[in-house]
Amino acid sequence: MSDMSELEQQLVDWLADMNEDEALALAKKMLLEDKVNPLRVLELCRASMDIVGKRFEEGEYFLPELVLAGEMLETIGAIAKPLIKQGPGEAAKRLGKVLIGTVHGDLHDIGKNIVSFMLDINDFEVKDIGIDVPVAKFIEEINAYQPDVVGLSGFLTLAFDSMKETIDAFESAGMRDKFKIMIGGGQIDETVRAYTGADAFGVNAVEAVNLCRNWMGVAA
Amino acid sequence: MSTMIGPYEQSDAAKAAYDARFERIMACARLERPDRMPVGLQSFFWPANHGGITYKEMMYDYEKAKKVCFDVVAEFEPDGVYPLLMGTGQGLALEKLDFKQLQWPGHGVGEMQPYQYLDREYMTPDEYDDFLFDPTGFYIHKYLPRVAGAFEGFDKLPIFPGLHYFRLVNGIRSFALPEVRASFEKIVAAAEEVNVFLGHHVEWVQRINAAGFPLFNGSNAVAPYDFIADYFRGATGMMKDLYRHKDKLKLVLDKSAVFLTKMAIANAKAAQHPIVFIPIHWAPDAFMSPKQFEEFWWPSFRKMMMGLIEADLIPMPLWEADCTKRLEIIKDIPAGKCIYWFERTDMVRAFEVLGDVVALRGNISPSLLTTGKPEEVDAAVKHLVDNIWNKGGNLMLDGAFGIPDETPTANVRAMFDAARKYAG
Repeated sequence: MSDMSELEQQLVDWLADMNEDEALALAKKMLLEDKVNPLRVLELCRASMDIVGKRFEEGEYFLPELVLAGEMLETIGAIAKPLIKQGPGEAAKRLGKVLIGTVHGDLHDIGKNIVSFMLDINDFEVKDIGIDVPVAKFIEEINAYQPDVVGLSGFLTLAFDSMKETIDAFESAGMRDKFKIMIGGGQIDETVRAYTGADAFGVNAVEAVNLCRNWMGVAA
Repeated sequence: MSTMIGPYEQSDAAKAAYDARFERIMACARLERPDRMPVGLQSFFWPANHGGITYKEMMYDYEKAKKVCFDVVAEFEPDGVYPLLMGTGQGLALEKLDFKQLQWPGHGVGEMQPYQYLDREYMTPDEYDDFLFDPTGFYIHKYLPRVAGAFEGFDKLPIFPGLHYFRLVNGIRSFALPEVRASFEKIVAAAEEVNVFLGHHVEWVQRINAAGFPLFNGSNAVAPYDFIADYFRGATGMMKDLYRHKDKLKLVLDKSAVFLTKMAIANAKAAQHPIVFIPIHWAPDAFMSPKQFEEFWWPSFRKMMMGLIEADLIPMPLWEADCTKRLEIIKDIPAGKCIYWFERTDMVRAFEVLGDVVALRGNISPSLLTTGKPEEVDAAVKHLVDNIWNKGGNLMLDGAFGIPDETPTANVRAMFDAARKYAG
């Protein structure tokens, strides 16, 4: 990103280092007192999340840091977004569209939510259609949203069959080749990927981002 | 000659088989070589699938549940059996308690779907102080009414410490309130159902014992960190607490370790079985850094395991997901006192690091058991036998977390047959 002032660099560092109290106080001051362009503040947030993602990949950060980072961004976003005067023009920056949901029979959503958040801060447009999603709802949502990637999430072993059934239904509906399919969740491995017919699986949120980036032709 | 176990007759042959099976497990736990590799049988709803009843029937119909759970034991002849009804038979009691933390077959999920826990914030971060000051008071007034409808009147009960003299007499008036009376009536009804259920559980255990099959574990316990993460703060709340409320969290974990250990010892003594099963949810490599694990997760759990060992019990944690990076840390316990069951952790690596400290249990992968072929299951068992059992490892074979609900019978048969074929 463009050159940062000392204060801007401070915000990025505090966010990336999980210094929540200091980071939120500084972001509020920049937005509400210093009248810094909110788009600039959001850009700084994004820069900090690049660092968080990198530290996650390098094994320095784990789920607690992704969750806390997500919450800090949500808090700053809630203050910044109402202050944005012109359209954010974000659509142009989006790398691709991802539709994600937990397959039918399974009510788990923590992993799915973290994947959605990581995709979002990595310039993907994400539509999360929730948990226990019936096959017909996936098809309906895909037809309406036209995603580039469909993410199927599931924690229980019953999700293996639900995923297979969902992907088979995409095939029957003649839509299987219109998007890539990634799967993830507690028990998912290569055996399950092969069984379900998904294109790939990921064991964490950063892997999900990398899969999507590769499919969209963006260097990881 | 024969002996009676409850209403069931145990023949001499069955008694000898029981003793041999139990000794195999105990020998492994002591890090001694048994005559052959023991095989465990744990599952939740797989006996329902296998026996042709619904998951809902497994939770509500005691007779049907006992039958399908006995049949799988008789058919596969494991060396140790999970108390199968304990994990699945509580539908009526849950309903009478109006239990809110689960959705179960016929009650929130379909009749052929397993129960699922609802991850929520059941204690807010502001309530750490209440919990620390007086966990019992927090339970009575806040926690119990939140997690089960039967306790809803409890928020009207008096603050007990401080009741004294005439204030004690006057202080009990809330017991006469209609909502408090209604709570007690619902709790008594639920408790009577639990008694009925436990009667069936005991009878089923007597039946498998009489047929020559011991329980693998008599009771369950929970790690202090998992207790707070799963049942109080919720997954994301707990993760944020590692940064926001770290000092209070550590105090709560220390305090919880004390009463959870007392409870685990009492339950194990009541069950008259030395092995305590402890499913571990929040230890996996991906869930926190090694430093966070050593700082937050491990100390209170180690304290608990030491308490169980001092009470002559054998802790059997099931380390869920992949805990390969935790092996060096969790090695710090006395040798020959615990059984470590691993799910996705590389078992060969676990043997290398922990082989002279703990017995190992596991770990045929759930994806292989549910979607693989019998010959692939056979090969997976052979891999464990070749690389652990045949190298002197005290391995007890089982699925990574038992037999997944959807496992084809042929794959379960392959697992048990392969154990006999390759390891006695």
